[in-house]
Amino acid sequence: MTSIWNRFRHESWIWSFLAAIGVWLATITYTGGQGAGEILTAALSFATFSIIVGLGQMMVITTGPGNVDLSIPATITLAGVVAMKVMDTDSARLLLGIGAALGVSFLVGAFNYGLIRLLRIPPIIATLSSSFLVLSTAISYGRGIRIKPPLPLDSFATMRFLGIPLAAVFVAVLSIVLAIVIKRTLYGRAVVAIGQNPRAAWLAGINVNRTRFITYALSALLAGVCGILLSGFSGGAALNMGEEFLLASIAVVVIGGTSVAGGRASVPGIWGAALFMYLLVTMLNTFGASAGVRLIMTGVIIITVIVIAGGEREQR
Amino acid sequence: MNRSLLRSLLPIISLAVVLGATFYVQPRTMSYFGLNLMLQYAVPIALATIAQMFIITVNDLDLSIGPFVGLVGCISATLLYSNPLLGTLALLLCIAAYAAVGALIHSRNLPSIVVTLGLSFVWLGIAVLILPSPGGKAPGWLKSIMALQTPFIPFPIIAAIVIGLVVQLALMHSSLGVIARGAGGNPRAMARAGWSMLKTKAAMYALAGFFGVLSGLSLLGLTTSADAHVADRYTLYSIAGVILGGGEFIGGRVSPMGAVIGALTLALAGSFLIFLRISPDWQIGAQGAILILVLALKAPLTTREASK
Repeated sequence: MTSIWNRFRHESWIWSFLAAIGVWLATITYTGGQGAGEILTAALSFATFSIIVGLGQMMVITTGPGNVDLSIPATITLAGVVAMKVMDTDSARLLLGIGAALGVSFLVGAFNYGLIRLLRIPPIIATLSSSFLVLSTAISYGRGIRIKPPLPLDSFATMRFLGIPLAAVFVAVLSIVLAIVIKRTLYGRAVVAIGQNPRAAWLAGINVNRTRFITYALSALLAGVCGILLSGFSGGAALNMGEEFLLASIAVVVIGGTSVAGGRASVPGIWGAALFMYLLVTMLNTFGASAGVRLIMTGVIIITVIVIAGGEREQR
Repeated sequence: MNRSLLRSLLPIISLAVVLGATFYVQPRTMSYFGLNLMLQYAVPIALATIAQMFIITVNDLDLSIGPFVGLVGCISATLLYSNPLLGTLALLLCIAAYAAVGALIHSRNLPSIVVTLGLSFVWLGIAVLILPSPGGKAPGWLKSIMALQTPFIPFPIIAAIVIGLVVQLALMHSSLGVIARGAGGNPRAMARAGWSMLKTKAAMYALAGFFGVLSGLSLLGLTTSADAHVADRYTLYSIAGVILGGGEFIGGRVSPMGAVIGALTLALAGSFLIFLRISPDWQIGAQGAILILVLALKAPLTTREASK
């Protein structure tokens, strides 16, 4: 047991899982063991969405200080609206809708990178400005009635097997693939190298610009996937559906142990952090806390986790 | 013309262009009353931008300034209104909390983005506890300050110039200002030279808290009743304002006068879009387009300078 602990103690992501387990235990102790499984199932379903966008945000943040994608919420909304409108409740148009939604998401990512590269706008401001444009596009395109998702998408997003949501399995596969990409492919190694020292990476012959472009496109594509799944899950697209993911995408990345200074990514941490964030809200609801207390506790616990997990160690 | 001079003039040029465009679209705004009306909300935005600028000076970013401004409004519309002494104490406590957060971020070497992200929830939570639904009353003196009718030049313009000049003097021409900007440029060198980075960071966060309080007070003076969510957008406005004003995210390169001008440009852009009568769907998108356009102007100047 101690040897296992010693092995994991130095992994930055372990804290988010410990926090998630702690919060879950506190909740079921309060309810006397009631609903322990249901809470986990619900946590998995809802965490799925923050995990998808968290993965994209993680890649962007890993490419170095100042890199962050604030256009994720707007992209989620646009992808959801486009998918629902193109599908138009028709199952036969399912793939067409998915293709269209991912297509516009890719364009958003390319536009973001264009602003950063060609106009040299800092990524925070570039993705923020483009998110305004993207949101306006979604508002103007998505005018009118709410369109229900076609049946296959609806059941894929909501189906459960032995208490495990199908969407969570899909995202687990996605996470494993991304973890392998980071560890074993040229692109993944390039992202980490650029995050640690862009100049050294450039001198080592890495195509910095192409790597950054792929990363911003990937983040937008994952936001698109989240938008499609979320519209399937909640019975259609809504213009505010992306809102909560601005803070959530950043919070799960950082609580999960990915370095804000770049150069170190952690896929398992995203899972721990996303489960933790959802279980935390569940716990506070179970305790019957008012909206104000819930907000304060959420903030205090985010800060506590980051203080315990420790900040960046001196690198240079 | 010298490129670096052109670069420092860019914020003023963009403000002039947006102002000119507004006058062209709606000539009636070219009056004492019109300017007063268009620019009154620029005062709280400018103050919040200055608060953000202090944080950016030491290479951090404050994602909680918007909810903080909302919280100050809620405290002022309830506690400060009914019990001025207790209200003042509560506001001082808010500033002390900001300083403490700065010290915590420095001593544990924490990422400011995450800590202030958590803080934004805390401020919002306290504000909701104090004032669960919009309401409260602004103290009378606050309302009369914000409704001041100054001769010839509208009050918001005078206020913006005074704010900009005072902070410009304090940050660019005082020893604390030099240390603070040095801390943004090379914290390690400053620490080796014997300056306490802990004190510097705490001081800069306290100043940000102070200007956040001023922003909340001035906003309440205009709206006359408070709402926890009233200033949520200020976080993004303040960051954009600093960058529009020629500031940079790292290296302690900021410009107080520029930040105020950036805030004015943002506030004006809002009015300009309303006068343009574009469809409400595209209001927010047009704001993004203006932001991109102004920043795009900066690109050729920065590129040339870097390649020199």
